[in-house]
Amino acid sequence: MKDWPLWEVFIRSRNGLDHKHVGSLHAADWEMAIENARDVYTRRNEGVSIWVVESKYIHASDPEEQDSMFESARDKVYRHPTFYDIPDEVGHM
Amino acid sequence: MNQQDLESRFQDKIDREVKIEAKDWMPDAYRKTLIRQISQHAHSEVVGMLPEGNWITRAPSLRRKAALLAKVQDEGGHGLYLYAAAETMGVSRDQLLDELHTGKAKYSSIFNYPALSWADMGAIGWLVDGAAIMNQVMLQRTSYGPYSRAMIRICKEESFHQRQGYEILLTLVRGSAEQKAMAQDSLNRWWWPSLMMFGPSDAESTHSAQSMAWKIKRKSNDVLRQAFVDATVPQAQYLGLTIPDPDLKWNEETGHWEFGPIDWDEFWNVVKGNGICNRQRLRDRVNAHEEGAWVRDAALAYAEKKQARKAVVTP
Amino acid sequence: MNQTASPSLFQFALYMADNCLVLGHRLGEWCGHGPVLEQDIAMTNISLDLIGQARLYYQYAAELEGKGRTEDDLAYLRSEREYTNALLVELPNGDFAHTIARQFLFDAWHLPFLKTMLSSPDAGLADIAGKAVKEVTYHLKWSREWVLRLGDGTDESHQRMQTALDEAWMYRLELLMPAPFEQRLIDAGVIAGPDEIRNDWEQTIADTLREATLTTPDDPAVQTGGKTGIHTEHLGHMLADLQYMQRAYPGLEW
Repeated sequence: MKDWPLWEVFIRSRNGLDHKHVGSLHAADWEMAIENARDVYTRRNEGVSIWVVESKYIHASDPEEQDSMFESARDKVYRHPTFYDIPDEVGHM
Repeated sequence: MNQQDLESRFQDKIDREVKIEAKDWMPDAYRKTLIRQISQHAHSEVVGMLPEGNWITRAPSLRRKAALLAKVQDEGGHGLYLYAAAETMGVSRDQLLDELHTGKAKYSSIFNYPALSWADMGAIGWLVDGAAIMNQVMLQRTSYGPYSRAMIRICKEESFHQRQGYEILLTLVRGSAEQKAMAQDSLNRWWWPSLMMFGPSDAESTHSAQSMAWKIKRKSNDVLRQAFVDATVPQAQYLGLTIPDPDLKWNEETGHWEFGPIDWDEFWNVVKGNGICNRQRLRDRVNAHEEGAWVRDAALAYAEKKQARKAVVTP
Repeated sequence: MNQTASPSLFQFALYMADNCLVLGHRLGEWCGHGPVLEQDIAMTNISLDLIGQARLYYQYAAELEGKGRTEDDLAYLRSEREYTNALLVELPNGDFAHTIARQFLFDAWHLPFLKTMLSSPDAGLADIAGKAVKEVTYHLKWSREWVLRLGDGTDESHQRMQTALDEAWMYRLELLMPAPFEQRLIDAGVIAGPDEIRNDWEQTIADTLREATLTTPDDPAVQTGGKTGIHTEHLGHMLADLQYMQRAYPGLEW
């Protein structure tokens, strides 16, 4: 006896928004995973679209490499609009 | 990095309120504590379906029937979210269920008390869910990310549970003398077990100090219990029901309700498996799981066949 | 009786209500005991849909009757002989295969029937169908898929599904055999007759059983009686549960 595979569930709460990870569940196949997601995660009108991905197919960055992965982006302040001084008189830009 | 550095970096994250996520390094004891706590919590939700489930078929109106079904179903959903949170730590749901079914894992003792009248659906919602909510609101800020997110979702859904229960009792106390007596009887039976839900007093609690340091728990058992009593006494007064505690009195200085001694012998007796319903609850869960085995196997077998057929047709 | 409403329409609304309530109640009995948490939750969703539909029909029936009875009076204070649901829906849950067989045979009728009810000249019925048809589309998808999984799963599940189907088979035709109150509404063009449903219904069942590698039972027996209040012995026990509070404490608000 073994568990049904584990699936990650992503739900779009309304058109125009991204699918967002909401949790996981067990299902024998992807069709059942979508239905289970519907039954478990959208009982209060939370969604208009569901994605499911079997958990074993998700690859994640290594938390131990967090510094080398993300340090580079931390000091690139010139990528952000507030880095640049524009006189107020110019108006919104 | 050596063990000590890893541990101090871990504690530093906790102290800075940075959540711990599934793949982050964590001390073994932290992992073990969380698996134990989250799975106990999950088991409690699932076993907790049974006492209220006992009244679904007998709910006195269609409106009440639908509300009770939805509530008990929510508890199943909450069990599911919590099992999933535990699974992020590398255990399978099957392992966790096995521990429940063999009696190795515990669940909240409150569910070993019998649900004997319709008023119990009111008292369980009001008191048992009320006590659970105290704990769950705190756990939304627990240090482990997946557990915290599950609790946030659960708290959002729980909000109707306590109101549902309180409304049932409100209807009873506004009804006939018999209904009011039913409500009082129910409060008499559920009050003390509800206070016991917060666990042993801080002085006796074996896991508390470390759990607080790791911010798994953020408030002690006694603090939560007091908050529950303070919130609940005025609600009982509004219902016109009497809390079965002769020592209950308002302390002007502390601003808290003082309550009488809890019968910890009863608590430990039920924890050890000797409550009225312990064996029945466990048997019900084991039966559901065992009788469902062929269904789960069939779905897997079917999925594999379908996969294989697809492999044949796709070049 | 409301002056413009026909007694047949009232009886029909009750019949549909009873079907939905009895089946919803049965599914509710699974709550907390399902084969896996995800499906426990799924069955409760279907149960809640059916109870919701039952309430719409009871409310409509109460309105048609115009005697001040409520949905709860109709659900909780009618006896076994006054309930007119089809026998199929009152059959006990049995194992999961029995629950699926009962659900699938009912859904396979329910969906095409509701589709015809969408265009009923009776606005009350058409409104209810408008909501119910979406829910029942999902019910049929769910029960059909489980017939496939169990039928074409393991040897054990195949055997159990076949047995469950064989046992439920003789109850299925009642749904297509109009009671007098239905016949009057069919004649008046208010609801569709069985011939408008039959092809769709037979097709769904035949296709599903074939895909599920199940054998179509050749049992010629047909059980009827539910629509005239002659039930299996199971219904009385269910009502004893369902109506317990209202019977033990008459006339109280809960």
